[in-house]
Amino acid sequence: MAAKSGAFMGSAPIFAALGDETRLRLVARLCSGGPQSIARLTAGSEVTRQAVTKHLLVLADAGLVRGVRQGRESRWALKPEQLEVARRYLELISERWTERLEALERHLESMPETKARTRKRRRKPA
Amino acid sequence: MSTIATDRIEKKIQLRHPRSKVWRALTDAQEFGNWFGAVFTEPFKPGVSVRGKVTHKGYEHMTMDVTIERMEPERLFSWRWHPGAAEPGETFSDEPSTLVIFELQEVPGGTLLTVVESGFDQIPLARRAKAFRENDEGWAMQMKAIEEHLGKSS
Repeated sequence: MAAKSGAFMGSAPIFAALGDETRLRLVARLCSGGPQSIARLTAGSEVTRQAVTKHLLVLADAGLVRGVRQGRESRWALKPEQLEVARRYLELISERWTERLEALERHLESMPETKARTRKRRRKPA
Repeated sequence: MSTIATDRIEKKIQLRHPRSKVWRALTDAQEFGNWFGAVFTEPFKPGVSVRGKVTHKGYEHMTMDVTIERMEPERLFSWRWHPGAAEPGETFSDEPSTLVIFELQEVPGGTLLTVVESGFDQIPLARRAKAFRENDEGWAMQMKAIEEHLGKSS
């Protein structure tokens, strides 16, 4: 798997940005609750306002969220370019299938050819 | 890697094995688990939901739930699942699932296997985001394994 990680080089900032439980939760909240203020994003969690701000900035750097000023308050929203996440996500799933199909091929190589279709079960090589 | 659609993935692989053998590797729960990386204790049957224990190193605490849809011998095998394994206590049952379809086609010298997974547009963004995180952890683990390996061989 590591050898193929090159295919995801462009996704590295997204991986890094989402590789954190708090940031993941922020994305989930923005996803379900729409654009909202830091105060609302902080409510009910043990994370401080400052920490939330820091995390939002990391997400913004990765192009996942953006801050919008509304009067005196700043609200945060997921960027419409979420599509990028969707696309990368599909690449990730696609890569997994490539690995699985390669594993299937290796599995088939390791299984003896059966003559005709006898229902006899063979033991798998360890 | 050039897929533009966001809802489905299609992969094809030409296998130098007869259809009957490929079919068995896909639909025999034990054989399937062997290459897919999970242990199933129940046989695959249309309409049945089966749970497999993930065997990939570092992911052994996770499970995968698959609901078998169609089994047309040596031609088509399909199931629904929630992409990505579940942590203990985590449930995806109220989230949309994706459909995985394997199609087998006899070609000179073997079998052409097509796998299509579709329904991704319905998957919540938060779930997708989590897949990145799992993958990230997976890599971190791989890198560590390589480092250890290199450390040993030097």
